[in-house]
Amino acid sequence: MDVMAVDVRAAIVNPTLGRSLRRRIFNGLGWMLSALTFLLLGAAMLSILILVFVRGAHALNLKVFTHITEGTSGGLLNAIEGTLIISLGGILLAIPPGLAAGIYLAEFNDGFLAPVLRFLSDVLVGVPSIVIGYFVYVTLVVDLGWQFSVAAASIALAIMSLPYICRTSEVALRQVPITLREAGHALGVTTGTVTMRICLPMALPGILTGVLLALSIAVGETAPLIYTAGWSSYLWTGHLTHEPVGYLTYVIWAFITEPFEGAHALAYAAAFLVTFFVLLIGVAARMVLYRNAGAQRHS
Amino acid sequence: MGFRRLIAPLASIVGLSLIVIVVFLGIYAWPAVKFNGWHFLIRNNWNLGNLYGNPIMRHGQQVMPGAAYGILFLIVGTLLSTLIAVLIAVPFGVGAAMFLAEGIPPVLRPWLSFFVELLAAIPSVVFGLWGYVLLIPFLSHHVFPFMAKRFGFIPFFKGSTGSGYGLLTCGLVLSLMIVPLIAATVRDALVSRPIGQREAALALGATRFETLWAVELPGVRRVIIASTILATGRALGETMAVLMVSGNALNYLPNNIYTPISTMASFIVSQLDSALEDPTGMAVRSLAEVALVLCAISIVVNGIARLLLYFSGQERMEAGAWM
Repeated sequence: MDVMAVDVRAAIVNPTLGRSLRRRIFNGLGWMLSALTFLLLGAAMLSILILVFVRGAHALNLKVFTHITEGTSGGLLNAIEGTLIISLGGILLAIPPGLAAGIYLAEFNDGFLAPVLRFLSDVLVGVPSIVIGYFVYVTLVVDLGWQFSVAAASIALAIMSLPYICRTSEVALRQVPITLREAGHALGVTTGTVTMRICLPMALPGILTGVLLALSIAVGETAPLIYTAGWSSYLWTGHLTHEPVGYLTYVIWAFITEPFEGAHALAYAAAFLVTFFVLLIGVAARMVLYRNAGAQRHS
Repeated sequence: MGFRRLIAPLASIVGLSLIVIVVFLGIYAWPAVKFNGWHFLIRNNWNLGNLYGNPIMRHGQQVMPGAAYGILFLIVGTLLSTLIAVLIAVPFGVGAAMFLAEGIPPVLRPWLSFFVELLAAIPSVVFGLWGYVLLIPFLSHHVFPFMAKRFGFIPFFKGSTGSGYGLLTCGLVLSLMIVPLIAATVRDALVSRPIGQREAALALGATRFETLWAVELPGVRRVIIASTILATGRALGETMAVLMVSGNALNYLPNNIYTPISTMASFIVSQLDSALEDPTGMAVRSLAEVALVLCAISIVVNGIARLLLYFSGQERMEAGAWM
């Protein structure tokens, strides 16, 4: 820090012509380069969004929502249904342990379990999704003989979602003022009741944001599903195991390399639906957070 | 105390799942680990053997005749594509963060920051789709031939530019995926710096950019390092986008930056179908060993980043839940 401060001061207190010119160039170039990086990033991203939304919008029609896939044509009803089932299944499985871990980390930070749990959870975020998918494949799909199924796919997505839910609920619970807990304890309320009846309702918007975020990750995932969900052109008949299930991201990946226009159209339609849904959830999650921040400011 | 005992087992599932993943992958891959030995990491021959022959016993394991598993080309492909991605992503991420934090009019700041954060949520298969449909034709027709001609003096830039599937394409798509992560995190760190230092520098006569460059940026050095390491972990394990743009080379070391490659993560997806043809199951177990190596690398990378953050006193960054 010291060196930096001296550098800045030296440049400022001795304003020779050369130095001030150099400063000007340095400033101008700096802003230009940082603007350039942002513009390039924005341009690439707009290109992605335009590709997905323009071509996807052309490919969308009623048939996409009402018909099942036939080979590489038809509609996407089976895939839409499958994506919803396995994502919601994964989230529902992940909420109890994820939330419990978040509560534990926020409320009981004194023992040896909390730091270990936090470290493991943080590392689990970074474990590649394909590793989780392969783990579920060798254990549940092969060893337990569940085969490609809703249950295996949901569990793979649940493991992926766990650390996100854990992290966001811990952060949300930590933002509940400690004085509220103290007030509860002073009234003779047990820790469990304080947590469940006072802290949890206050932290709910934050927790909900985390759940929505995990949902958007689950909807957009492909790698852990390829060898756990498999693929099916038919609607789900309600079996948790021994029945493969279709999902939207598979359509994007597998149909775009087919040599048929119809297959490409389905891939773009699937990309449209997935991206739209993910961005929608992202916006909704932010709105939950902002609205809550606003409400707290007003009260 | 009762409540704590009640939720501790449920909470432990989060940590246990990581341990269970490592242990079960390890158990499943153990015959392959014994069969392949250290050659697995340093040899360049992924060969399922003669699938029509009779299984033979080698090193105490039943395998197909001629089977050998060496994944050096995967390790090289994974590391090089990640290296390219990080080399591109760090300057771009930090530059974009600086621009987001200070460069644009205050009215636009929340909106554009929001835009960048949303980009971090776009699924990897959509990046793959974009790379496959738009980027690869563009690069292979316009950019790569030009680069090979004009920048051929730079090592590894010369030579056949191929079809557009390959190392550099991979690196570019990966960098695009991790730039929003770095940019959003560094921007948040820049914005939450104490205002006093900035005011002091401005009062000394420093311009806004000088303040940003010499005072604010060094202050968030640790965040930049940690987010870079975490983004590295992301790039190492990225599967779908790489699968769609890498060319999925087999037993092939890149000789320039346009060469097709495979990464460990994409290889698991692209090879499981053919690995299942092996009746001894050794190919599937060797793929589990690939997953185990990938898992180990990502645990080390993420572990280092986390410890760096814990010990630097930077409580967990609240810059989006991806961290």
